[in-house]
Amino acid sequence: MPAIIGRKVGMTQIFGEDGARVPLTVIEAGPCHVTQVKTMETDGYDAVQLGFGAIKPKGLSKPELGHLKKASAPPIRHLVEFSAEELGLEGVSIGDVVTVEPFEPGQMVRVTGTSKGKGYAGTIKRHNFRRGPVSHGSHNVRAPGSIGAAAYPARVFKGMRMSGHMGARTVTQRGLQIVDRDPDRNLLLVRGAVPGGVNGIVIVRPE
Amino acid sequence: MSVIESLEREQIRDDIPVFQAGDTVKVHFRVVEGTRQRVQVFEGTCIKRQGSTSRETFTVRKQSFGVGVERTFPVHSPKIEKIERVMEGDVSRAKLYYLRGKIGKKARIREKQRT
Repeated sequence: MPAIIGRKVGMTQIFGEDGARVPLTVIEAGPCHVTQVKTMETDGYDAVQLGFGAIKPKGLSKPELGHLKKASAPPIRHLVEFSAEELGLEGVSIGDVVTVEPFEPGQMVRVTGTSKGKGYAGTIKRHNFRRGPVSHGSHNVRAPGSIGAAAYPARVFKGMRMSGHMGARTVTQRGLQIVDRDPDRNLLLVRGAVPGGVNGIVIVRPE
Repeated sequence: MSVIESLEREQIRDDIPVFQAGDTVKVHFRVVEGTRQRVQVFEGTCIKRQGSTSRETFTVRKQSFGVGVERTFPVHSPKIEKIERVMEGDVSRAKLYYLRGKIGKKARIREKQRT
């Protein structure tokens, strides 16, 4: 089973065989053109580059269009590189198209995406700190508390959990199950949630 | 029609009768006990319908041995064998949460008069 690039369409639910509701994420995946095959001889390592997402030609630079022209692919927005042997993309050649077809219902996958950005977040939201008392004259409501000792070590240790930018980073969710696929509409139905918001770009890899 | 909408339409059952909050309904629900399957009937007042398309659910409230019991079912669940509308209620609210605080005569709902 190869890897594929897709777009998160949203979540819904269906009724499973036993009548219980199954939470689903719908991913519009592929068709992904193979835009480049890197080999040991030419590039020093083996990899396959896949492309996904239509774009107007004027949205790309001439070098980008030339790169796609080599693969006789249409203008594509997203290019992602995969290592060939790990993902079962061996044997594909430039100009091939990867679809949802080889994904079997029941198979386990891991999905990588960019998580929703939360902006500058405090320690309670970002690191699950507890808050202080809110009454009896307390001003320590959402403050982080102590961040270390005093004269020794006279500094704050690296990696101390503090407030800062949260979310909007690459997250991989493992152990998701393919519930169904629809090759006509290029859809993958995955049980459970997937990182990122609707219309986010996700990469589906075999587990 | 969006992709999600079309996926949800496929799940919708067309044999579900019309009913709304305030109605008294009998829900015939399939229960699996080990290997055996039987149908359980839950009769009570529908106090709300919530959600849309295949995700829609409804909540039925009844008094069981003096204790209020509420159960929420997905409207389009394949586990529901059938839903019967026993009585059409006359209520002026979509969500009948006020019934939770009432017992006996005060928890009654008038039957809708059709002329």
